[in-house]
Amino acid sequence: MFEAILLTIVTAATPLVIAAVGELVTERAGVLNLGVEGMMIMGAVCAFAGSYLTGVPLLGVLCGILGGAAFSLLFGFLTLTLVANQVATGLALTLLGLGLSGQIGESFVGIPGVKLQPIVFPILSDIPFIGRLLFAQDITFYLSIALIIGVHWFLFKSRTGLKMRAIGDNHGSAHALGIHVVRTRYLAVMFGGACAGLAGAQLSLVYTPQWVENMAAGRGWIALALVVFASWRPWRVLAGGYIFGAVGILQLHAQALGIGVPSQFLSMLPYAVTIVVLIVISHNRRTTLINTPACLGKPFVPDR
Amino acid sequence: MSEAQVPEAATLLKVRGLTKYFGSFAACNGIDLSIAPGEIHALLGENGAGKSTLVKMLFGVLQPSDGEIVWGGKPVTIQSPGHARTLGIGMVFQHFSLFEALTVAENIALSLDPKIPLTKIAEEAKNLSRAYGLPLDPNAHVADLSVGERQRIEIVRALLQNPKLIILDEPTSVLTPQEADRLFETLFKLKAEGRSVLYISHRLEEVQRICDRATVLRHGKVTGACDPRQETPGSLARMMVGSDVAGVERAADTPLGDVLVDVKNLAVPARTPFAITLSGISMQVRAGEILAIAGVAGNGQGELFDALSGEYPVADDDAIRLCGKPVGRKGINGRRLLGAGFVPEERHGHAAVSDMALSDNLLLSRSQSDRKTFLSGGLANVIRHDVIRSIAKRICGEMDVRKSGDNPAAGSLSGGNLQKFIIGRELDRKPQVLIVNQPTWGVDAGAASRIRQALVDLARAGSAVVVISQDLDEIFEVATSIAVISEGRMSRPYAASELTLEKIGLLMGGVHDSTSRREAVHAH
Repeated sequence: MFEAILLTIVTAATPLVIAAVGELVTERAGVLNLGVEGMMIMGAVCAFAGSYLTGVPLLGVLCGILGGAAFSLLFGFLTLTLVANQVATGLALTLLGLGLSGQIGESFVGIPGVKLQPIVFPILSDIPFIGRLLFAQDITFYLSIALIIGVHWFLFKSRTGLKMRAIGDNHGSAHALGIHVVRTRYLAVMFGGACAGLAGAQLSLVYTPQWVENMAAGRGWIALALVVFASWRPWRVLAGGYIFGAVGILQLHAQALGIGVPSQFLSMLPYAVTIVVLIVISHNRRTTLINTPACLGKPFVPDR
Repeated sequence: MSEAQVPEAATLLKVRGLTKYFGSFAACNGIDLSIAPGEIHALLGENGAGKSTLVKMLFGVLQPSDGEIVWGGKPVTIQSPGHARTLGIGMVFQHFSLFEALTVAENIALSLDPKIPLTKIAEEAKNLSRAYGLPLDPNAHVADLSVGERQRIEIVRALLQNPKLIILDEPTSVLTPQEADRLFETLFKLKAEGRSVLYISHRLEEVQRICDRATVLRHGKVTGACDPRQETPGSLARMMVGSDVAGVERAADTPLGDVLVDVKNLAVPARTPFAITLSGISMQVRAGEILAIAGVAGNGQGELFDALSGEYPVADDDAIRLCGKPVGRKGINGRRLLGAGFVPEERHGHAAVSDMALSDNLLLSRSQSDRKTFLSGGLANVIRHDVIRSIAKRICGEMDVRKSGDNPAAGSLSGGNLQKFIIGRELDRKPQVLIVNQPTWGVDAGAASRIRQALVDLARAGSAVVVISQDLDEIFEVATSIAVISEGRMSRPYAASELTLEKIGLLMGGVHDSTSRREAVHAH
């Protein structure tokens, strides 16, 4: 029973972690993309379509990633090339994604999907208790862990990551140093889109292997809150993702056990926790300032 | 002028007919310039003369519309700052291009070859900074460093690339006289190594002291090329400004009246980690007096202004008394109603809303203090646009604000004209107390002298004036007494006549504790 609960928590947390770490990279480059929910749902429908049409779920995952990235490119074009307002464009992207995915997925409704098969590591998965939890998962779980490690290394150890943080901190100076602000931001936006797409693929191929309209169900918004909750640090995204995932799952179990907590209260918890965390971390202004990308959401127009 | 010519072979950089258009406006118009190896070359000019545009073209930030840049004998097109660096051109910007959230070493790494590991960069930066007398801790976060230290990062960053030419944009505007002296020593070291320096400034005495040659710009054109040591400050100023600038006239002796500004032991804790804590600040300013508060930027001037103006009221109501009334806990409008006026440092977004018309900006600042004039209809608070417009017009006339159109947006005015309007907006009320932060920062010489004259006139008419400024020339021009702020503590006010530049420099460096102690010893 306990192991089963943990397993469902892992499945619930994985899409949050993946989408949030992608958005983290986008925001570290100074771009606020509020369209995570929309990119996620586009990833979900593309992944389901890819998997259903080819019969190979792994190709579905690839379709989800590409779908999310392609959709984010629209956001990139509007906000980076045309310098539209990022907040408004992000919100529009979410609304567009919800509608467009419903349209694309209309014929898939009610069709049973193919579940992405777990990759089982032979000996490791036999370790009692944690074996099944950590070494007999599907590829999206492994990718989520790899992404956290990779993004942490990229941002804080690699020179390209340093440039990206520099752009997020002060795009004017970065431009003056000859760093390609717009190009890097395009890549960061597309990375965020690809991650959101992958998270969506997890939803329609692992979490509930079928297509249901609006199946992201607010997870994109939780991922956005998670980035702030994590104060733009990858490892905290992992921790926060599992806390938020656990809250969601425990809510279901609490209902099943007849514990009298209104489900609305529990659904609200991730956001309430984020607000509390924001209040707590804003007390230490110095660390906040060092981690918060100072140019977040600000439009960049280079000198003529 | 003929001695300013350098033989072709010995030229490191030659610029011919360089022109840059922004729309139809020529920011630089046919600039000629040549720099020899091992030369400190001054680029002189007022704000808006085209200095920044010129160096941005030399550093590849902007592309010229026309003209030629010859580097080491070969014509080049400098495509980007990265390209400029590979050619051997380094640049130290006026507004630092540093990343506050990153460490010193990370900041430096961003402009170097990505293959060099960060640890090695930190090591080299440390050694180099020591060798040139500019000590730095490579692992400190920039956000925690002083302005002088930040400039060192920029210089070390430029030096690490072993440049042949280093461009410095107004480097001493943020330094104490002593820090500036240290910088000059570094520059002489560079010169001795055969490197060239392009030194941008509008401070004539500095240029005369350290530069071998000077090129003077005005309205985007070269108006003079000379050896600054052969010139007088007056002749250089004429080349820069185009005419003689009027000096400020002062009354011999203004009789002093009541104490209008009385600050006793004001202490303000820092609001943010990057703010300065104010402690033990006391001053008294009488009617007819101008107290100037000198100091290097970032030593608590902003915080002091916020406390005096009531932008951030303080805990102790009695710590600040204006016109005899305790106002510490009063907000800005409460203090205005007592007859005080305030002019903050930043023109755009603080003193004025750039996108709003001058008349609207007038209403915004005086809606409470001039309620009866500006609003009608009792509780309905209907704005009397015609009245406000006519007053805005009166202010523009009074202060000689040059603008396009009848009532343009504040953002469309040049810095100097907007500043004249903002100061005029307060003067128009004939305030008993006026507190101004950096009244002529980034303002051209003509407007600056107009503003300074207005401050002197206001004091002569019987008001108490507090001027917070970094510009020592300005301070000596207007002040009757001078205090110095450093690290959030303020020296006692000295009569302007008993202070010299050197003594102010020492006070700015924060040694007022020892001086006052020494004075105390003398007194006994």
